[in-house]
Amino acid sequence: MEQIIQQLINGVSLGSIYALIALGYTMVYGIINLINFAHGDIYMMGAFVGYALTTFLGLGFIPSLIASMVACSILGMVVEKIAYKPLRNSSRISLLITAISVSLFLQYIMVYFIGPETRTFPNVLESNRITFFDGSVILDTKNIYILVITIILMIALQYVVHRTKIGKAMRAVALDKEAAEFMGVNVNKVISYTFAIGSALAGAAGVLVGIYYNTVDPLMGSGPGLKAFVAAVLGGIGLIPGAVFGGFFLGLVETIVSAYGGSVYKDAVAFAILILILLVKPAGLLGKNIKEKV
Amino acid sequence: MKSFNKRHIIMTIAIIAIYLLGKILIDVGLIDSYLQLNIMVIGINIILAVSLNLITGFTGQFTLGHAAFMAIGAYTSAVITAKLNLPFIVGIIAAGLMAAIAGVLIGIPTLRLKGDYLAIATLGFGEIIRILALNTDYIGGAIGFNDIPQYTNWTWIYSMVVLTIVLITNFINSYHGRACISIRENEIAAEAMGINTTFYKVLAFAIGAFFAGIAGALYANYFYFIKPDSFGFMKSIDILVIVVFGGMGSIPGSIVGAIALTVISTFLQSIGNLRMVIYAVILFLIMLYRPSGLMGKTEIKFLKKKEAKKYVSAKS
Repeated sequence: MEQIIQQLINGVSLGSIYALIALGYTMVYGIINLINFAHGDIYMMGAFVGYALTTFLGLGFIPSLIASMVACSILGMVVEKIAYKPLRNSSRISLLITAISVSLFLQYIMVYFIGPETRTFPNVLESNRITFFDGSVILDTKNIYILVITIILMIALQYVVHRTKIGKAMRAVALDKEAAEFMGVNVNKVISYTFAIGSALAGAAGVLVGIYYNTVDPLMGSGPGLKAFVAAVLGGIGLIPGAVFGGFFLGLVETIVSAYGGSVYKDAVAFAILILILLVKPAGLLGKNIKEKV
Repeated sequence: MKSFNKRHIIMTIAIIAIYLLGKILIDVGLIDSYLQLNIMVIGINIILAVSLNLITGFTGQFTLGHAAFMAIGAYTSAVITAKLNLPFIVGIIAAGLMAAIAGVLIGIPTLRLKGDYLAIATLGFGEIIRILALNTDYIGGAIGFNDIPQYTNWTWIYSMVVLTIVLITNFINSYHGRACISIRENEIAAEAMGINTTFYKVLAFAIGAFFAGIAGALYANYFYFIKPDSFGFMKSIDILVIVVFGGMGSIPGSIVGAIALTVISTFLQSIGNLRMVIYAVILFLIMLYRPSGLMGKTEIKFLKKKEAKKYVSAKS
């Protein structure tokens, strides 16, 4: 029983991080149908911005979180302008390979400038451990911070998407790009904003993961990036609630699988679940199957 | 129909002449071991690219797990030649068959998916294969599989490359190949015309997997050492890049693409740290300036007109 509760706590923290990254994937996919493989590396850049600010400038947790989100949103927009915009009308495969080239570029430019070694993320949050059940279940304040920040960001995202003008424009472009353009929506601007918001969430996830695991390295983005993408597809890609649901689901599954002795197989289990779900519900758990029209 | 025409004879002579030329140059020593290594890599990449082109370029099924079939072939051949001490030809055939069986088993459920979903499912399948190999101690696990006998040489690689190209080209120009192309062009229309789309998709998948398995066997028995991480997601991407760079649905494109990209990455080896950054920039520039690939949709017009005529007359 204690172990299950402990795993639930760990799973929710991991799931929050996956959910934050998955949101960026799903928003970009929803709007331009691109699997943005570079998204995991934007999350890595976010972690490094957080690392640099806390280590060298001695900033606190909240300021570095915000600075990292701003830096990542700018990076996201720049990547979109330079790499994806010129190719917007090419085939999906060329766009996908472009995304992979951006991902490689970000990874190895970081390796080139700062070296491939793993760095220690400073402890900016004092770690208070609250124990239950005579110390067999540990709830760290870090876990609470991660969950609370994730929830705040998600509420903010819901507000932006459903209550603001730009959110309305984003939903319109996701539904039908041409029709939105006829209605006077500036599609380029909307795509830019989508990248900015998605990347900001990834930046936040990067700082949170730095605090949670205390390590950052230039290749840290590819694993969680792929996993978060799996989460987005599990929930139904293109759907914001789907990404959140998929993120938490995957986080919990992973911690439970590792807890019961399958830690070496945890990635395989994640992918196996993905394949099974795609076979039963090709549009994801929360997605609606759209009938093909001829 | 004549079984041999002029084109055929010229092609056969050219194929034999290139083989002999290579053989002589290697025997005399004009091609040193470093150049030979690159020729082997080019050969393996050609087989991989042509086989993936059948699936992605001709049948239009977007997969990101091709390296997994190569891994299955590599490990099968490694077990057969190193652990069971059987001859290389058994290893190659078994590697191809094992990969093809895996292709069918994976293909039947996943090929119902379309577009990006298929890509993700095959990506997941590739990762599962890699993780299984990482955790199976019999084949070396994470440490890798050592001491595989080195059987792959110019003769093997050349004959396998020629075999792959000829068989896949003939397949594409056959009735079945045209069925595959029709699925790429419009799956619903193909189905409406009475083509069993699932069957042809799985067939293309199995044939592609078969040759990827052979490429894996050649790889394992050339480098005498394989490890699961050589067959990860990035390897699948490398193969896909060759196909897209050469031109989707173009066999000559895949050949040229495999040669060009192998040469590029060999040159980049000497640059060191910035290698991957430059590779990324090159990839981006290729996608920006040649989105339809070097050769577009050029196909080998090997017997094509004759076959088409035969088909028309047989049907009418």
